[in-house]
Amino acid sequence: MIGFSKVSKRYPGGFEALKDVSFSIAAGELTFVTGHSGAGKSTLFKLIAAIERATSGTVLVNGQNVGALRPAAIPFLRRNLGLVFQDQKLLYDRSVFDNVMLPLAFSDFSGREAARRARAALDKVGLLARERAHPMQLSGGEQQRLAIARAVVNRPAVLIADEPTANLDAGSAERIIALFLSFNQVGVTVLIATHDEQLIARHAARTLRLAAGGLEHDSAEGGE
Amino acid sequence: MNAWLRQHGRAIASAAAKISAQRTTNAVSALVIGIALALPAGGYALLSNLTGLAQRTSLEPQLSLYMLPETKSSESEALGKRLRADPRLAAVRFVPRDEALAAMRGTEALAEVFAALERNPLPDAFVLRALDSAPGALDVLAGEYRVLPGVAQVQIDSDWARRLEAVLRIARTGIFMLGALLGIALVAVTFNTIRLQVLTQRQEIEVTKLLGATDGFIRRPFFYLGAAQGLAGGVAALGIVWLSIESLNQGVRALAATYGSAFQLTHLAGADGVAVAALAAFLGWLGAFLSVSIHLREI
Ligand SMILES: Nc1ncnc2c1ncn2[C@@H]1O[C@H](COP(=O)(O)OP(=O)(O)OP(=O)(O)O)[C@@H](O)[C@H]1O
Ligand SMILES: [Mg+2]
Repeated sequence: MIGFSKVSKRYPGGFEALKDVSFSIAAGELTFVTGHSGAGKSTLFKLIAAIERATSGTVLVNGQNVGALRPAAIPFLRRNLGLVFQDQKLLYDRSVFDNVMLPLAFSDFSGREAARRARAALDKVGLLARERAHPMQLSGGEQQRLAIARAVVNRPAVLIADEPTANLDAGSAERIIALFLSFNQVGVTVLIATHDEQLIARHAARTLRLAAGGLEHDSAEGGE
Repeated sequence: MNAWLRQHGRAIASAAAKISAQRTTNAVSALVIGIALALPAGGYALLSNLTGLAQRTSLEPQLSLYMLPETKSSESEALGKRLRADPRLAAVRFVPRDEALAAMRGTEALAEVFAALERNPLPDAFVLRALDSAPGALDVLAGEYRVLPGVAQVQIDSDWARRLEAVLRIARTGIFMLGALLGIALVAVTFNTIRLQVLTQRQEIEVTKLLGATDGFIRRPFFYLGAAQGLAGGVAALGIVWLSIESLNQGVRALAATYGSAFQLTHLAGADGVAVAALAAFLGWLGAFLSVSIHLREI
């Protein structure tokens, strides 16, 4: 489903954020990506979504070489991915409901079908009652859930969440992880970046540990 | 097909939302465009009117023949006979000096001037209509009549109209150049307003792109926005031209009446109006296209 092979990413300016990273994730797998701040977790996600391009190596998503995609093909790659951004990227000038409607605007659903799906996604994250609120009026955890609702509204096969539990108390974080587990149970491939070690410890899932841009440990390969 | 329609429907709805979110800015831009376009459109309307008038007049093969002031009426009558015998003339109308004076006194603007005169300063005159309207033929006639006894002056009435036509041809070129310049200004105005829109919606554009929006999806509403702005400007220009011609006509009708004419300015033809509006919409679209192509690349 997702494969990295000898991937390096050097940002303009010369900083090497990923160094020779290789791994492969099967469809339906749940994987944590962890590592210190600046280790390269967000960079790894950006390469999957073609927000950044690998300097060397190949990134495969669904059999497509992401680095070689034509610009016109990139939107269609992204539509198959549910993305939860580290900074959430909510639009604060429109309602909760309209934020979730955003990815449906360029789908082929009729207005009524799109609204139905948006409400289903909001219901799933427990925000249906707040659909008329504005993101500013939501708590941090509610904003995270809104970002998740927007990511899953198109029912993507892959869900990628960058620090979805940052700044949340343990209980709220656990509820959000439970939400991802429920998506994973219905067959969605889920990638979650977090540096919450306790959270990882509570779940028996595959973990990729990055350190200074290198893949330090892949729990699927065992050993240290 | 259905999906295509839906995409465009959404783009139009999105453009409408952008317009209503910045109502004042958009209204002001439309007005600026309207005023700019009203100049060439109004110039074109006036030009069409004058050209029509000049063409109608220049086709009239009319000569005015003025006698010397001291000519006796018997001499004038003799000349009249001679002219009526000329086979190249279709009509000969004698205007005795007394009749001319009476007509002048009947004219509102001139009545006072002529009332103050003790003597009639006007000569006997003939108004002649030639069979052949070619300028050459009229010149020949004028040349022959000029040397007849008692004749002071022969004037080809359509000469001024020919000169006017020539001037109008130059003016037409000027109007088209003005139109081209202001068309470029229109493109520049939409280019700029769309640039501001793109910048204010930078975040929204960024996020929709990250969520999988195609460039087409992002650009389409801006195209509609530019075209709508151009169209609104075009319609405003037509309104300004219409109002201007209406108000000019009050003066024109009064003036024409003193010449015994029912002349008045006509409005732009329907097809011309549609062309102005369509061209403005196209230029607005073009400005939006250029702006979006350049500024989306920066996001
Ligand atoms: N656009 C960029 N230009 C230059 N350097 C960048 C850019 N984005 C990230 N970096 C650098 O690359 C490194 C990895 O960044 P990245 O965002 O992937 O880290 P991270 O693991 O997500 O960290 P965090 O846990 O704090 O989110 C950092 O040192 C960062 O400074
Ligand atoms: Mg990060």
